Amino acid sequence: MIEINNVSKVFKQRKGEPYTVLDQVSFHVERGQFVSLLGPSGCGKSTLLNLIAGFETSYEGSITVNGQSITSPGPDRVVVFQEHGLFPWLTVLDNVAFGLKQRGLSKKARYELAYEQIKAVHLSKFVERYPHELSGGMKQRVAIARALVMDPEILLMDEPFAALDEQTRYILQKDLEEIWQKTRKTILFITHNIREAILLSERVLVMSTQPGRIRQEFSVQAARPHALEDPLIHSLETRILAVLTDELDKIVQGEIDHEYSI
Amino acid sequence: MNTAFRRIIFLIILVIAWELGYRMFQWGWKFPSPLQTYQAFYDGFTKGNLLEATLSSLRRLLISFVLAIGIGTLLGFLFARFRYFDETFGFLVVALQTVPSIAWLPFAIIWFGLNDTSVIFITTIGATWTMSMASRTGIMNISAIHLRAARMMGTGSGFRMFFQVMLPAAFPHLITGVRVAWAFAWRALTAGELIARGLGLGQTLQDSRSIGDTATILCVVIIIAVIGTLSDHLCFKRLEDRIMLRYGLDSAKR
Repeated sequence: MIEINNVSKVFKQRKGEPYTVLDQVSFHVERGQFVSLLGPSGCGKSTLLNLIAGFETSYEGSITVNGQSITSPGPDRVVVFQEHGLFPWLTVLDNVAFGLKQRGLSKKARYELAYEQIKAVHLSKFVERYPHELSGGMKQRVAIARALVMDPEILLMDEPFAALDEQTRYILQKDLEEIWQKTRKTILFITHNIREAILLSERVLVMSTQPGRIRQEFSVQAARPHALEDPLIHSLETRILAVLTDELDKIVQGEIDHEYSI
Repeated sequence: MNTAFRRIIFLIILVIAWELGYRMFQWGWKFPSPLQTYQAFYDGFTKGNLLEATLSSLRRLLISFVLAIGIGTLLGFLFARFRYFDETFGFLVVALQTVPSIAWLPFAIIWFGLNDTSVIFITTIGATWTMSMASRTGIMNISAIHLRAARMMGTGSGFRMFFQVMLPAAFPHLITGVRVAWAFAWRALTAGELIARGLGLGQTLQDSRSIGDTATILCVVIIIAVIGTLSDHLCFKRLEDRIMLRYGLDSAKR
């Protein structure tokens, strides 16, 4: 269970006022839940994820995972990055087995586990390939396998499908939904794509920007697997869009500095 | 007609023109003819000590090279990781890099004497600074996402991080550094051997000069050029190509 209480984060700028990215953000994620953080770029959602992952440790408020506050990155909270972050000098198999190697598993044991996980993301034909030989979607599958093989309690996903084309993204979303239903990991999923958030998660937290706050929460009570044709999903999309349009207006105004509306 | 073939034709024409020039203009002993050079080469290897000189030069070169790569990589790592070290000692290294390593030979002779150690010392110095700069760039350019991913999977930030992530991530830069370091080491070595004593190619050059044996001088120059080219081509270039291919960095070249 992830508990985030009154978390604020301020970046000092070289010139001018310090910049408040996150302002008094609070929410909880129950064990086994699939929660999306949805917001326009610059709302601090990635910053928040980096705090939970432990990549950054200076902030106000408290972040705890199972009651323990976070001091460093750890294999219980594995991140899937937008830019896959695979090691180009290792094969797919070695990339996936990397975390197990750090755990001290024997070569045979870690290759067996890694191979199983690679099979689960449908890439068993490509175990001996290097990352640059794979397509964007395949790389992201490897990244997911690399995260799952560690058997973490929490999966933190930082816009993992944002750089993929529409079709690939759709397929990966379906796969992720399936993986979640099978494994019931706690997933915190960051995205700026409304449809993606609704299709995948049980709860969608919409963030406001400048400073980043949780603006509104929506729960998705549609039957699994979530389908676009479901009227429930459809109406939710319209409602969230209305909230986000407000926020986008604010950004545009801030950026071009005169009256403007979408 | 492929490149290797064109190169061979070019070399043959060059040698013929050289021999013809020698016969037509009769410039005498100050520059040998191809035949004389060949003779000196043959004699040097069968009767003389050209082979031993080459081997002992290579031995010194390899010792210095390994030292330089090791020290250079470590220094570069320290520069990249510790800002104060970079701002202070890093600045000094940039200055030292501009000093031709042969300038340290007088010091080396005073400290170690006219012997092997002096030559190895200046050869190492000649290659270390470049290597450390390449290593510094390589480690500074490691993408943050790789370091984060590694820490997340439990490498910590000590030895395992260094050997399993930082070193391989910096490899494309390191190999460039290694190539340049090799060339620098060759230069420093030959210069050092010209002055210091002991069997070696530089010393052979010096000895041949004092007896006016220009054919042997040319032989040594050719040996140095051939070893330099071969080692770069057969060893470092191949290694670099393989690494670039494996890391998916070769597309920019094609």
